[in-house]
Amino acid sequence: MASAHLKVFRGGPDEPSRFEDFDVPIEDGMVVLDALHWIQGNAAPDLAVRWNCKAAKCGSCGAEVDGHPRLTCKTRLSDFDLDQPITVEPMRAFPLIRDLVTDVSWNYAVNKTIEPFKPPEDVPQEQWRWQQEDIERVQEFRKCIECFLCQDVCHVLRNHETKSPFMGPRYLVRAAGLELHPIDQADRRLYLKDAGGIGYCNITKCCTEVCPEHIKITDNAIIPLKERVADEYYDPLQWAWRKLRGGDERTGAGTELPVLPGRPAAGGEAATLGPGVAAESTPQPDEQSTA
Amino acid sequence: MIAEPEQHSYDVLVIGAGGAGLRAAIAARDAGATVGLVCKSLLGKAHTVMAEGGVAAALAHVAEEDSWQIHFRDTMVGGKLLNNPRMAQLHAMEAPDRVRELEYWGAVFDRTRDGRILQRPFGGHTHPRLAHVGDRTGLEMIRTLQDRAVGSGMDVFMECTISHLITGRGRVTGAVGYWRTSGAPIVFPAKAVVLATGGIGRAYEVTSNSWEYSGDGHALAYEAGAELIDMEFVQFHPTGMVWPPGVRGLLVTEAVRGEGGILRNKDAERFMWKYLPEDRRAEYAADDAEARRWVESASQGRTTDARRPPELSTRDNVSRAIYTEVREGRGSPHGGVFLDISYLPTDHIRRKLPSMYDQFKELADVDITKGPMEVGPTTHYVMGGVRVDAETGATTVPGLYAAGEVSGGMHGANRLGGNSLSDLLVFGARTGEGAAATAAAQPGATYVDPVQVQAAIRELQAPLDRTGGEDPYAIHRDLQSMMQRLVGIFRVESDLDEALGVLADLRVRWQGIAVSGGRAFNPGWNLVFELRNMLTVSEAITRSARQRTESRGAHSRLDYPETDDAKWGGRNSVVRQAANQGMEIRTSALPKLPGELQSLLGAAH
Repeated sequence: MASAHLKVFRGGPDEPSRFEDFDVPIEDGMVVLDALHWIQGNAAPDLAVRWNCKAAKCGSCGAEVDGHPRLTCKTRLSDFDLDQPITVEPMRAFPLIRDLVTDVSWNYAVNKTIEPFKPPEDVPQEQWRWQQEDIERVQEFRKCIECFLCQDVCHVLRNHETKSPFMGPRYLVRAAGLELHPIDQADRRLYLKDAGGIGYCNITKCCTEVCPEHIKITDNAIIPLKERVADEYYDPLQWAWRKLRGGDERTGAGTELPVLPGRPAAGGEAATLGPGVAAESTPQPDEQSTA
Repeated sequence: MIAEPEQHSYDVLVIGAGGAGLRAAIAARDAGATVGLVCKSLLGKAHTVMAEGGVAAALAHVAEEDSWQIHFRDTMVGGKLLNNPRMAQLHAMEAPDRVRELEYWGAVFDRTRDGRILQRPFGGHTHPRLAHVGDRTGLEMIRTLQDRAVGSGMDVFMECTISHLITGRGRVTGAVGYWRTSGAPIVFPAKAVVLATGGIGRAYEVTSNSWEYSGDGHALAYEAGAELIDMEFVQFHPTGMVWPPGVRGLLVTEAVRGEGGILRNKDAERFMWKYLPEDRRAEYAADDAEARRWVESASQGRTTDARRPPELSTRDNVSRAIYTEVREGRGSPHGGVFLDISYLPTDHIRRKLPSMYDQFKELADVDITKGPMEVGPTTHYVMGGVRVDAETGATTVPGLYAAGEVSGGMHGANRLGGNSLSDLLVFGARTGEGAAATAAAQPGATYVDPVQVQAAIRELQAPLDRTGGEDPYAIHRDLQSMMQRLVGIFRVESDLDEALGVLADLRVRWQGIAVSGGRAFNPGWNLVFELRNMLTVSEAITRSARQRTESRGAHSRLDYPETDDAKWGGRNSVVRQAANQGMEIRTSALPKLPGELQSLLGAAH
């Protein structure tokens, strides 16, 4: 029977970082997650893998396959040259828990800082009407399955290279879904500018490329939000008007994002790095990937 | 002596953060209770996310003549009159408000031409009734509920498994479990506990369910002394993927048929015409032409005098039909049948079924706008579950509540598509309120019996301390293949007897399980306790299936092929733990239908 050769990252709080090699028998249509399950059931029963639906609907099984952020449940082995090993590593932007599982709780903390949907107080729900065309863009954003691959690939988050926190593409998409909702009443522009750090995004579109839901993150979500923020804060007339009006009481003033911790060295304590501190503790596997 | 574990006390502890758990947590919080919400996965990944087709509610946006009364009747007829009638009534009456509430919280449903929530047709529903977002309705619901829950202020424990309930003075007083990430034990004293743990599909080999569906709530309730009802009724969804092998069982939404998908066998015969039950034949189109007229109207959100296509028969019936076609040699190359939607315009398919398009394109190299899919039955949903009070979600054990798939009664012998998303909203809300009310009536501080806590923690540690024992993965594989083979779509007494023997052997093997590795994110160790739960529910399913000597809804007996109303009409199966720790099985009578509900059913016939 034909087989695939996988090099899988292993490591955690009580064990050293390393790559382990597995020969996995393959069958038609097999995906990387199938191979990882085979390893669990036959070779390494304690291999830590996060997954749920196996149908690209829950966004749990993100990892870096040959260096590319992918959902392992829809990455087919037949897309690879099986004469070469396939390397599977955890998402690098987030602190390691064990093997292929990382601590993504920072994302949930960021989400909490976004002001939720705010319906109008003066229009009863029975009178709400909008056309399908009015919500197609919002529905595109709401397709997001929160796999965090866009956060993982975003160099601002991945390299911890900014002085203050950045919410990342996933939460710009969420904010865009709220801002573009036909009847939402909240104004998140100040929040996006100050707390969210939207200016850090320099539209390299890496997030769009890895999105398994094919959301046009940069073009459809981030750029329109940047324009809204720029119109409000970098237009001299708006600036003068705000001075005259006095104060800025809109949502988001004073909100602070949590800091994304760097990845702790495997075998060590979880290190919480301050803003601007480079993540130097990225694990150095004993055996480097050859792919 | 074991070190003192981490401990968190709440008025209401909700176990499970799918739709039912989230809705219950929101309701309990709104009622003023402190709430802890525990889930095995990350928040927002629960099985609700996989629900595709829609949420059933008689909003009457597409068919003005729809009403809760007709929804009630459809639900009861679909459930072969074994549903708890009060649950079916509350469900039909309250579902529209629960759906509108989601919109108020920010959910963005597809729209009608006049700008209201659009509704699509589904099997067994008289009128187009399912509010939906393309074919990712569950994702929309869970995201909306998740944001609402987090915003309303509660503690969420992600990747945390509850393995034991703690009881005292005749009630449930808390729960014990462990962090999946670290393996460390955690204790939750609580005045009320809500089970919202979903279903049992991982006991079967071919299933649309994720690893989470190991019957945890069913087994925890059983161990705490609660009653399980109707466990023989396991829904095999007619359309799961059959190829490639890695995705066998993966759900193909009923919305494909709702949008006009046609089932054919290898001879290109539209076989569902042959399988329509005679007493309901008049509800379906007379021929292909009438079915086609219905599809054209439905795709434009218009009503029509054409009757629905035969593919929209109830799930139990379509599953048996497909199974029979394959068994009699008329299946597709990979052991399923063909489901074809490609005769509709490509744009329409991609807009209404985007995730099905992606799923087949990316996982099976099939373009569903150009050719047919191959599909076959897959274990999907358990109608049976913990017996609950319709008004409050209270189980038969004080302090313990249940909502959503883990509860029983709402769907009777067969669930209609779309009725689970509405079920979890309606009864999630009611159960959260019920649990908060019971918590408020409990004076004093929470208390958990330290002896039970320490016993639970020792039990969690045991498989790590054993060496040279049984492999949990091997026991799981053996359980799945046995349940698939002996307790599947068609059952017969000799198979069920054999199944009980195998289950007894597996239980013995389970007691000798040993796992390697540590406690931190160790899936082999985690599987041990899920396996314990799967063994309990598998036995409950098998014993209930053996007891019911008739065929009804999703339960089909080869040795008793007829529905036996004289003996089994209106009788629920009941499973409970006996004093000697064995499983006790009996039946109980459904509450009698009040006159006004009876007359609604009368109109159905």
